[in-house]
Amino acid sequence: MLRLPWFEYRSPRSVAEAVKILAGEGPQAMLVAGGTDLLPNMKRRHQSPKVLVSLRAVDELRKLNGSYGAGLTLAEVVAHPGTPGALRHAAAQVATAQIRNMGTLGGNLCLDTRCTYYNQTEEWRKAIDYCLKKDGSVCWVATASKRCVAVSSTDTAPALIALDAKVTLVGPGGEREIPVESLYNNDGIDYLSRKPDEVLSAIVIPSSWKSVYWKLRRRGSFDFPLLGVAAALKMDGDVVADARIALGAVASRPFRIEKAGEFLKGKRLTDEVIAEAATLVANRAKPMDNTDMDLYWRKEVADDFAGYALKELRGDDMGAIRLRTARYLPG
Amino acid sequence: MAAIPERVHLTMQVNGEAAPVSFAPYKTLLEVLREDLGLTGTKHGCELGECGACTVLVDGQPVLSCLALALECGGRAIETIEGVQRGPELHPLQAAFADCGGSQCGYCTPGVIMTAKALLARNPAPTRDEIREATAGNLCRCTGYQQITEAIESAATLLRAERT
Repeated sequence: MLRLPWFEYRSPRSVAEAVKILAGEGPQAMLVAGGTDLLPNMKRRHQSPKVLVSLRAVDELRKLNGSYGAGLTLAEVVAHPGTPGALRHAAAQVATAQIRNMGTLGGNLCLDTRCTYYNQTEEWRKAIDYCLKKDGSVCWVATASKRCVAVSSTDTAPALIALDAKVTLVGPGGEREIPVESLYNNDGIDYLSRKPDEVLSAIVIPSSWKSVYWKLRRRGSFDFPLLGVAAALKMDGDVVADARIALGAVASRPFRIEKAGEFLKGKRLTDEVIAEAATLVANRAKPMDNTDMDLYWRKEVADDFAGYALKELRGDDMGAIRLRTARYLPG
Repeated sequence: MAAIPERVHLTMQVNGEAAPVSFAPYKTLLEVLREDLGLTGTKHGCELGECGACTVLVDGQPVLSCLALALECGGRAIETIEGVQRGPELHPLQAAFADCGGSQCGYCTPGVIMTAKALLARNPAPTRDEIREATAGNLCRCTGYQQITEAIESAATLLRAERT
């Protein structure tokens, strides 16, 4: 049986109070919101925080007016009629209905990176002498690597990067707002630029982008992404005025492909243009062999998925392919 | 740092009754329900949020009790499979699962029934696709899901008939 380790539990009522507790306790404290990522990890002893600072009673994190409170559940984000396409598609495809009722938007953005050699029980990891990410010294995915290559598995981050969203971080020195892309480092261990004493409080999403998110996963019902493609366009008639494309689950961070966006600007979305843009996207997909499915295949389908996303934005009916690849139909 | 308290004392509303309970603070809602309240109908599956066997309703919403901290459940309304039957009678969902063969080994059944109960409360006439989507987080290794979907559909018909 997998029991949680002992911890001291704190339940602040405001972001300011949470920040104060984090500053006082230092790195031995961790934030928890929905708990759907941290608690399984604690059961497997990936993290054993001495102090658990719960954000559940912080009402200001659940606001939805202009910006999205980080404490909104994924189910609430999906149900909100104003949620832009890419974010809605991404949030709706995170895990299962039960987990979307518990897990939060902020929690999905801060999701721990994943790896075949890491997401295992304590005994399993001990048997391989642990790994670079936690308690060991060797990366079993790339034994010569000095860097942990665990994969970023957040679905909502690539969507928000394509949407040009920003996150608000509140720390002891005040508030700062950074683009979602700047929240991430390409490092499986130190994957967030959020400081340990900061609380991710809100997400600001500009409107006016038309956007979609496409996810590759093994099981149609629910699974972590093996590839995530988010695309957002601003159109001037049938000409692309602005374009942003982001990839998830192919590196230790989600990232934007500026070249593909630049290429699309000023062009009509013909099949040839879409194919060329999709190739530019796929060239940047360099997944490591540390999650499900064959590596070559995950690389192979990157341009297809980028193409699906752009065709859907063009107005093509992509329902059949959506159902076949992820058993998901945007409602 | 203050010492970690050995026990937490709080009162949850479990199946409509106030349930005062004392437990170690690291326990999940699943562990408290089974070990401290003796409600073993809710099952331990993967314990990592992947299988749905531990699904209960918290304030009417299906959640995974293996990933909920019991100390966050004070004052909240918890509904488990033990609270579903109507006195000596089966709930229409339970009856339909028996009639349609929606339960074989039975291990996933309490979780599926709780998920289905929440679905039918908010959508009395779900389509097959809506049923499949709502129950996608409940793994079943026996039935192949077809009988589960049929059982929920048949219970929905029974429940609608009751209301009219």
